[in-house]
Amino acid sequence: MKDFGYTLQPDFSIDFDRNDKRMMLYVVNHEPSLNLCIGCGSCTATCSTGHFTSFNIRAIHTLLRRGETHQLKQEIRKCMFCGKCQLVCPRGVNLRNVILRINRAIEQIG
Amino acid sequence: MKQRIIIIGSGVAGLTTAGVLAENGFEVVVLEKESRIGGHVRKWDRLFPNRRPANEVMEFIEKVLNSSVDLRCGVTVNGVIRHDEEFIVLLSNNETVTGHALVLATGFQLFDAHKKEEYGYGIYDNVITSAELETIFKEGKQLTTNEGKTPHRVGIIHCVGSRDEKVGNLYCSKVCCVTGVKQAIEIREQLPECEVFSFYMDLRMYDRHFEELYYEAQQQWAVNFIRGRLSECSENPDHTLILKAEDTLTGRPLKMTVDIVILLVGIIPDPETGKIASMLGLPIGTDGFLMSGDEHIKDNTTTIPGIYLTGAVKGPASIVNTIADARATAQQITSRFMAG
Ligand SMILES: Cc1cc2nc3c(=O)[nH]c(=O)nc-3n(C[C@H](O)[C@H](O)[C@H](O)COP(=O)(O)OP(=O)(O)OC[C@H]3O[C@@H](n4cnc5c(N)ncnc54)[C@H](O)[C@@H]3O)c2cc1C
Ligand code: SF4
Ligand code: SF4
Ligand code: SF4
Repeated sequence: MKDFGYTLQPDFSIDFDRNDKRMMLYVVNHEPSLNLCIGCGSCTATCSTGHFTSFNIRAIHTLLRRGETHQLKQEIRKCMFCGKCQLVCPRGVNLRNVILRINRAIEQIG
Repeated sequence: MKQRIIIIGSGVAGLTTAGVLAENGFEVVVLEKESRIGGHVRKWDRLFPNRRPANEVMEFIEKVLNSSVDLRCGVTVNGVIRHDEEFIVLLSNNETVTGHALVLATGFQLFDAHKKEEYGYGIYDNVITSAELETIFKEGKQLTTNEGKTPHRVGIIHCVGSRDEKVGNLYCSKVCCVTGVKQAIEIREQLPECEVFSFYMDLRMYDRHFEELYYEAQQQWAVNFIRGRLSECSENPDHTLILKAEDTLTGRPLKMTVDIVILLVGIIPDPETGKIASMLGLPIGTDGFLMSGDEHIKDNTTTIPGIYLTGAVKGPASIVNTIADARATAQQITSRFMAG
């Protein structure tokens, strides 16, 4: 076959229908306050880890809620569990428990 | 005999209600705790959405007052006694007034920005509130830093004391988004060399001509909007301020140095009004504002016949909504006494 120099790129969009939502369900069932998030970014802005690495706690828990979990394991490891994010959240999301539950979900579902 | 109506509060709500009732032939007593009438609008310089002088609106409202309106400033309410079909109001100056209906038009208070300590109000001199900026404009002054310098960059912070469970206020104050956009334009107009950055979570341009004002702010005045809630403000040795937020649209933490920070303080319920309500047995909403008889169809009456609510005492409202509400209240009272 003639090579035209094109490659097929994997789909970059969030495929919500195909994504595995088990981790998301596990986390929001155990910590329903995650559903209260309004995406304000205060958690990320205050997170020390996020200032020195590409770690973004808001992006992580938002992606989780879309069923995007492939980066979750490597990313959540960077969290120091200091709880600063939770102190500033205007919606009272229990972020420490969200992070704890993400870790549990990784152990259990994986 | 003319029926007498007692109105507590002489803001846009109380004065508009008074004006219409007087026109309809009632005797009206307006009680105002401050030394001057007019409420908050008297303190504003120019109004959203069209930046017309607030004085014009005040003049219009005051013009409708006539000799059947008895204005009493510098008095508050110490107690209310219901006697048959009448209300006897005990005033702070030990006088009493008797009326056939009572209108609560006591409005709102501004959120105390000291409570958001991480934003530095009361700690750093170059952090001011939106209400203080109105005063600067109203006095015809130039916006300068506390050190007297012309600012190169100003940050405007949305939702200060609103939409924040940490301060106990979950609701949106409704008028601060558009106030912030209006003030951003006014700063650019006064200081064309000064950049303006607004930090917001959502821009709630809910009413007519609000979205157009936002468009104008971008198109004509190059105001910058960053979608992220301020997490903290700190001071440099030279008294400039560092703002930290997540720039949520790029997904990265952001810091920025500004010369002045303007906090768009929210609207909160008046604690004194809460006491009057408890005294009368009127229900208070979970947000702390007073509850009407029915939020859709009886929004001016209350669970107690003869007691009415009007204006921002029921929660954040713009002037146009307050005036419409006040006229509706006056109409309800008129119908009640005409019919019976
Ligand atoms: C920063 C800011 C800017 C704004 N700019 C605009 C704008 O540009 N355009 C616009 O449409 N709206 C604007 N608004 C909204 C506007 O201020 C309100 O719509 C308006 O003030 C509501 O009028 P009111 O009479 O209900 O309440 P208020 O203005 O609060 O008046 C209540 C009055 O009752 C008196 N009172 C309270 N308790 C008692 C008591 N116990 N006894 C006696 N008297 C009492 C108070 O002293 C006051 O005079 C702005 C609001 C803010 C916070
Ligand atoms: S608990 Fe984790 S995510 Fe939250 S601020 Fe600390 S390091 Fe960041
Ligand atoms: S601080 Fe709270 S509301 Fe804001 S993005 Fe983080 S979790 Fe969501
Ligand atoms: S109107 Fe805007 S600034 Fe005011 S509380 Fe609502 S969203 Fe925040």
